[in-house]
Amino acid sequence: MKLPGAVERFFEQMGRFVEIVGRVFAWTPRPPYDWRELFRQMVKVGVNSMPVVLLTAMFTGMVLALQTFSVLSRFNAESFVGSLVALSMVRELSAVLSGLIVAGRAGSAMGAELGTMRVTEQIDALEVMATDPVHYLVVPRVWASTLMLPLLVALGNGVGIFGGYLVAVVLMGSNPVSYINRTFQFMTSYDLFSGLIKAAAFGFLLAVIGCQQGFHTTGGAEGVGRSTTSAVVVASIAILISDFFLTRLLF
Amino acid sequence: MTEPSRKPDTVKIRIRDLRKAFGPKVVLDGVNVDVAPAESLVVIGGSGTGKSVLLKHIIGLLRPDSGTVEVDGTAVEKLGNREITEFRRKFGMAFQEGALFDSMTIWQNVAFPLQRLTKMSHGEINDRVEECLEMVRLEGVSDKLPSQLSGGMRRRVGFARAVAHQPEILLFDEPTTGLDPITTALIDEVILDLSDRLKTTSITITHDMESAFRIGDRIAMLNRGKIIAEAPPEEFKRLDDPRVQQFIHGRAEGPLSEDAPARGPRDSRDETAGSKVGESGIPNRP
Repeated sequence: MKLPGAVERFFEQMGRFVEIVGRVFAWTPRPPYDWRELFRQMVKVGVNSMPVVLLTAMFTGMVLALQTFSVLSRFNAESFVGSLVALSMVRELSAVLSGLIVAGRAGSAMGAELGTMRVTEQIDALEVMATDPVHYLVVPRVWASTLMLPLLVALGNGVGIFGGYLVAVVLMGSNPVSYINRTFQFMTSYDLFSGLIKAAAFGFLLAVIGCQQGFHTTGGAEGVGRSTTSAVVVASIAILISDFFLTRLLF
Repeated sequence: MTEPSRKPDTVKIRIRDLRKAFGPKVVLDGVNVDVAPAESLVVIGGSGTGKSVLLKHIIGLLRPDSGTVEVDGTAVEKLGNREITEFRRKFGMAFQEGALFDSMTIWQNVAFPLQRLTKMSHGEINDRVEECLEMVRLEGVSDKLPSQLSGGMRRRVGFARAVAHQPEILLFDEPTTGLDPITTALIDEVILDLSDRLKTTSITITHDMESAFRIGDRIAMLNRGKIIAEAPPEEFKRLDDPRVQQFIHGRAEGPLSEDAPARGPRDSRDETAGSKVGESGIPNRP
């Protein structure tokens, strides 16, 4: 009895997701272009999330260096710590962790903001004033997030690698020059590129899902709370699952 | 105002057999009503009788399960996404709680429809915004955010925003609920003036009988998803339908109170359920 309900909800969510993605693409090329709003959202998603994303990247790089040092030293391969930290950060961790953090920070805010607008009839008011709410609200949020996440991840890459360097060189006594050599020795521009593509995909996903959850809010303040929670939960799950398929695709 | 502005053959808004249910809950159960050009129709009815839902169908925010809403001969439910955006230019709507955009200042809120729907210059917009705010006696709040105003003030800003671009049709969802009597009279005057001077067609939802009699060219009462009575104010007062009388005089006891708790998903769907009190009191539609 419980399964059909869950299955139905899953397909309902999928349908809404596809619908809103379709509307985002349909409305994006149409004027008026709201550059101010795009910029405002870029600040909200990108600049305001920067401290926490960079902090995460820093400590992830540091932990990664500690862990790989411990593992690699068991077969005398400590010199490869630099390569491992850099590749893990650039190809994978920076993008996924930033995606999850921005989903929790900006995606939830989108869910809450649009959810509040829905229950207080502000979205209806937009429609009444001949303004498509997807065009006005969702389009700038989605593209701001899609653009800003790769930038955050690029910065996160640098900071993460620096964190690894600190631990390996200062704490573990690695040779700084060879550590830096190792960092870049095996890295190709494709590694960097695949990480940034992932970041853009996660940015797109988390914004669409956050907006969609907010958009379909019902039931007052409680409903806004539910939307906010599911904006984070659904976006996080979507990021983790799509990460596998993207990795497979960009292998 | 006193002259009947209705002519039988000109219809601005025509609603036929409109039905809408949310899940098992039937909200509109065959609504029929016409509104003539420049007429002011007031819709009354208890809470939760689907008055707001009716308004949202007229402007295409909700799609009917069956039945039709025609505005100037255009069937609203048949319009596509892009056409409906064009279509809505003729409307102004004031929402129950104002529905102001809380990220914008009061000025930006009232200017929004002007920027979106007209080709006015910045100066003209500024003048019009000031004019509209003055009209609802709100001066000097332009730079405030909605959260800094009281509920009544927000509602008045919502009203100013609805009338700003001088639409042909105005929809008011309880414009005066919770306002003091003086402001209520003021809003009523503005509504009257608009329909008088600009020949604006308006539909107003209200609980306030005094204001209903003041602004309505015609009053319709919605109960259990149907229009149960419809007449010009003076005539409406004299209708002998006990439901109408109970509502006008605000009595706790009466046929309306008996109706309310009996509403289940199953009963009351059939046509006979509503006839406990007899259909005799319902005047024929013109």
